[in-house]
Amino acid sequence: MHPAPSLILFTVLSGTGFGLLVWLGLGLAAPVGVAAFMLFGLGYALSGAGLIAAAFHLGHPERALKAFTQWRSSWLSREAVLASATMAIMAPHAASSVFAGTPLPLFGWLGAVLALVTIFATAMIYTQIKAVPRWRHWSTPPVFVLAALAGGALLAAQSTLALLLMLALGVAMVTHWVIGDRQFTEAGSDTGTATGLGGLGKVRLLEPPHSGRNYLLREMVHVVGRKHAYKLRIIALATGVLIPVALLLILPLGYATIALALILHLAGMAAQRWLFFAEAEHVVGLYYGKR
Amino acid sequence: MTTLPASTQKKLGLVIDLDTCVGCHACVISCKGWNTENYGAPLSDMDAYGGEPEGTFLNRVHSFEVAREDAAPVVVHFPKSCLHCDDAPCVTVCPTGASYKRTEDGIVLVNESDCIGCGLCAWACPYGAREMDASEKVMKKCTLCVDRIYNENLPEEDREPACVRTCPAGARHFGDFADPDSHVSRLTAERGGFDLMPEQGTKPVNKYLPPRGRDTLDVPDLASLCEPQTDQAKGFLGWLDRALERL
Repeated sequence: MHPAPSLILFTVLSGTGFGLLVWLGLGLAAPVGVAAFMLFGLGYALSGAGLIAAAFHLGHPERALKAFTQWRSSWLSREAVLASATMAIMAPHAASSVFAGTPLPLFGWLGAVLALVTIFATAMIYTQIKAVPRWRHWSTPPVFVLAALAGGALLAAQSTLALLLMLALGVAMVTHWVIGDRQFTEAGSDTGTATGLGGLGKVRLLEPPHSGRNYLLREMVHVVGRKHAYKLRIIALATGVLIPVALLLILPLGYATIALALILHLAGMAAQRWLFFAEAEHVVGLYYGKR
Repeated sequence: MTTLPASTQKKLGLVIDLDTCVGCHACVISCKGWNTENYGAPLSDMDAYGGEPEGTFLNRVHSFEVAREDAAPVVVHFPKSCLHCDDAPCVTVCPTGASYKRTEDGIVLVNESDCIGCGLCAWACPYGAREMDASEKVMKKCTLCVDRIYNENLPEEDREPACVRTCPAGARHFGDFADPDSHVSRLTAERGGFDLMPEQGTKPVNKYLPPRGRDTLDVPDLASLCEPQTDQAKGFLGWLDRALERL
């Protein structure tokens, strides 16, 4: 799949933002006054910026409001509804923490649950797609949820929590890669089933339908990035998990250490997300003799 | 509403005969011709007269080669368009309700004025049947020529999809799969019509007919005649071959 920068930005930024809102809602970090203004502001800004980045991915952003209507069947619609609901429900808790100095735990807890479900809904947009076997697996949502929660914990300066979550994230990422490598074969689709001619013999593409490129190839048959997949996996694991964990353990704890760990973690997550798209093979490639 | 109907009154679709298709691409052109000036946004071309032309098409013809054991390979021309699946994954993923499957005849359509151009339906389709138009930024797909098949302004023989109407080989058939006595249902039953990628669980309505068995020619193995026949060499070459063999 084509690793669109807008989607990478959206999933990383808004994930981290909602992760922060989870911890703020649960009261693990319970700032008041100016500190609350900064943290809640960051949570809202990140999740909001992510959503705006996602809107840039649309062909017709002016019709985006229509995306709130199909929550019964569509995970993308559910995500839009849940994201807005999270921001609305969390607002009294945030405002009261900032201006009155008293958190409102009921709104906070409700908002935290909604934020968590929002992150899950983002993951399900990809997990639901059967035509991309690497994504269609239970190991996909944990990567999204743990990445968001770990990033959020770093932003909330909860170093022990962040450390544990990043270690869990590392396990989730490796699991997703290892299982993902087998998924395409296990889905059982090949040129034989795609054409229905597999019973006759070995099928190969003789002539593509057109000499140029098309939307399908640009969007769904991305073969360039996979060459360095293994190196990128190590980079993602090192910068996203191992180095930030080591920094939190070795360096004296303080805002500078946490900020450094956060920057590295986010860079690692961007690499992970880039790979998430670039490595994912869509079965339509079988009609083009490519994977 | 992007939930799928539990059942549809009719199941309109195509039968594509892979035995008869000659790969002329006439269906591709007539499809583009009709659909660029009728239902919905036109099908744009990008860099049409330049070095890297490309455009939106609702139907494309691939050509495959099937290598068989102990027999000559078979070339199969393979037209591919929307299969109007009963369990269409492209419909349920749509966040706006632009994508829908009609209860009355099972045609999968896009309401272009509701489409936000997110592209998720194209990702969900395993067959590559949906293409986002680069100029209009809305999703385009086969409508089964919904504006021809019910169009009483057209002569009756033209009330079928443009691709079917134009096919010079008679490789495309249009009809109602819900009716077991329809032309398409009988063809599918007689010729062993099959689904594409059944493992994807989409339950396509369109069926493909396999190539018929090829004749076998009652002659010695011709391929072996292409090998160098040194053991039958006579005269000087024969002597040279035997002498070199002995070395």
